[in-house]
Amino acid sequence: MTQRDDDSVVVANPWQRLRELTDARIGLGRSGGSLTTRAQLAFQLDHARARDAVHMALDTERMMPELDERFPLALRLHSRAADRDEYLRRPDLGRQLSETAAAEIGALNADACDVSICIVDGLSARAIHEQAIPFLEALAPEIESLGLTLGPVALVEQGRVAIGDPIGEALGARMSVVMIGERPGLSSPDSLGLYFTWAPRTGRRDSERNCISNVRPRGLSYRNAAKLLAYLMREAQVLGASGVALKDDSEVDSRLGDGRQGNFLLPPQA
Amino acid sequence: MSEHFIDLGGRRYRFDDLGALMAAASPRRSGDELAGIAAASAEARAIAQMALAELPLATFLEEPLIPYEDDEVTRLILDRHDRDAFAPVAGFSVGEFRNWLLSERADATSLARLAPGLTPEMVAAVSKLMRVQDLVLVGRKCEVVTRFRNTLGLPGRLSTRLQPNHPTDDAAGIAASILDGLLYASGDAVIGINPATDNTGTVVTLLKMLDEIIARYEIPTQSCVLTHVTTAIEAIERGAPTDLVFQSIAGTEAANRGFGIDLALLREGREAALSLGRGTVGDNVMYFETGQGSALSADAHHGLDQQTLEARAYAVAREFEPLLVNTVVGFIGPEYLFDGKQIIRAGLEDHFCGKLLGVPMGCDICYTNHAEADQDDMDMLLTLLGAAGCNYIMGIPGADDIMLNYQTTSFHDALYLRQLLDRRPAPEFEAWLDASGIYRHGQGIAFANELPARFQHVLADLGEQT
Repeated sequence: MTQRDDDSVVVANPWQRLRELTDARIGLGRSGGSLTTRAQLAFQLDHARARDAVHMALDTERMMPELDERFPLALRLHSRAADRDEYLRRPDLGRQLSETAAAEIGALNADACDVSICIVDGLSARAIHEQAIPFLEALAPEIESLGLTLGPVALVEQGRVAIGDPIGEALGARMSVVMIGERPGLSSPDSLGLYFTWAPRTGRRDSERNCISNVRPRGLSYRNAAKLLAYLMREAQVLGASGVALKDDSEVDSRLGDGRQGNFLLPPQA
Repeated sequence: MSEHFIDLGGRRYRFDDLGALMAAASPRRSGDELAGIAAASAEARAIAQMALAELPLATFLEEPLIPYEDDEVTRLILDRHDRDAFAPVAGFSVGEFRNWLLSERADATSLARLAPGLTPEMVAAVSKLMRVQDLVLVGRKCEVVTRFRNTLGLPGRLSTRLQPNHPTDDAAGIAASILDGLLYASGDAVIGINPATDNTGTVVTLLKMLDEIIARYEIPTQSCVLTHVTTAIEAIERGAPTDLVFQSIAGTEAANRGFGIDLALLREGREAALSLGRGTVGDNVMYFETGQGSALSADAHHGLDQQTLEARAYAVAREFEPLLVNTVVGFIGPEYLFDGKQIIRAGLEDHFCGKLLGVPMGCDICYTNHAEADQDDMDMLLTLLGAAGCNYIMGIPGADDIMLNYQTTSFHDALYLRQLLDRRPAPEFEAWLDASGIYRHGQGIAFANELPARFQHVLADLGEQT
């Protein structure tokens, strides 16, 4: 059931068709100066979904068999944050491995590898459930064509980006990729972020990482994200560094052009 | 640093130094708990507030919370302190200062005269003794007026930043949000885009685009692309039509270094903007954003509470005579401000402290989806800040920022506040809205199914293009 607005009270906006141009909530109409019932309820639903995404638990039972199929070894790890409440209040604990996890990964005595991949719930387990496997499918041929070796994959609960550092370090990885659920937006509760770090080790600063954001069907495609990540891996090997030192020059020009293309507020350039 | 103590009921309560006392006296918030400096109990907090109330205001001039030699923000605060302006309150304790602020003696004129005599630490201290109604009432007494292409902060006025963000900086997507905002009477504080990239070429293009839109529709407002000050300087060198130079700032030298800035760089940015002489009614050319928790998040907090550090950021701001300063109060996340209650209180403290220091405070009334907050909380802060005379708030389609992934105030929210509290847009912008047939004060949005004449061609042109 969709709430219907009463046309005698509600004023619709004649520019509703501009919604084709943006996901922003334009042309909502109004009742007096206020939101209509329909727009208000739609917002509440989207907020509820974003909230649920934050609090949804990572479905490790579902994810582990998928990872076992694709990697020689898949590890199930946990951060030092015991639960979601502690995770939200204590970002420092989300960056460290639990004692059990640290012991487990230490006991592996893993052979050195090129790339350590960590799949981390972050702020949206939903992003991991929906984007992680299709993104890995897109990434696999890129890693293969670069001739890189993969270490064990880690699936991490209650983790933040920097948890990839102790994991990559323990696995003797030359570089690390953290796939993490991003802070859910109202229109994007399912967005995956990728953080790339050369020579991962505890204490790396955020400025030493490169980030690829908004990986999801309505955002950056799996294929383009995988290509961009492959570019970073290639360049980082040349440079021996990641982060601000490694500029992303791979990007084709944005759709912005001279700011006039499609900009209906300005006349086309003569 | 000397120890502070208070004797109460035959017991002596001790605080290691002034910073520890300030932290213990701070209303509870997650960021101070994360830093390990919050009061150990509710009783300890109340006792610390009593001890703070007895402290002479002048102590803050003698006992810097961060040493003068270590921090250029401390040096700025103490070097710029105006002893003559301070004289009327120089003999007060923090508690007596609170009483004075609430009394009839504190009005717009006496508070404006006092501002250069106040330090951030003094205003942070007194805010810790205040309830929400005190923060609102005293905030309301302050008037801080600034000018560029219009006049912001006049009594009875409420302005908005039109924030037409788009996740890929798509020109048509940005234009759609700008049109939506203008037709909902938003944008007198600034039309300000957070770009998706820090790429100078993109920034230059966006600045040109905004400049042409403002010129074509003769809108008495200013534009800004919120990029790093170094990118803004580079854009100006490339000839970009820049109205305002933006920067995120914090309250310690080390936290500012984390942002890649220092005071000299801000000075350089301001001079670059001033050199263009683009303001028509004034030359306030800077736009700053702040937020409690930024110093802790940069590991540059010196053991001080986040609210005191936030107030120090306003001392940085006022040095550069900004047009706009806003705290982005709920953006940084629940590890700093956990829930609606903490966000509401922090927003009112920030507005109060900024205004007392003479800073033109606005507020990005906002929350993220991992905070324990919702639209009801934002409505409370919005209404309270409206009552407190906040200079401006954000305006965004349907409260949803699709680029930064957080919720801030909508165009509709500003209309609500204007209607409820009888607040008008900036006078020059109000005249434009009226002449354009978009909005009339007391009547609200002035058109229904037919677009105002100035914009009628837009949909027709779009029909031809597509």
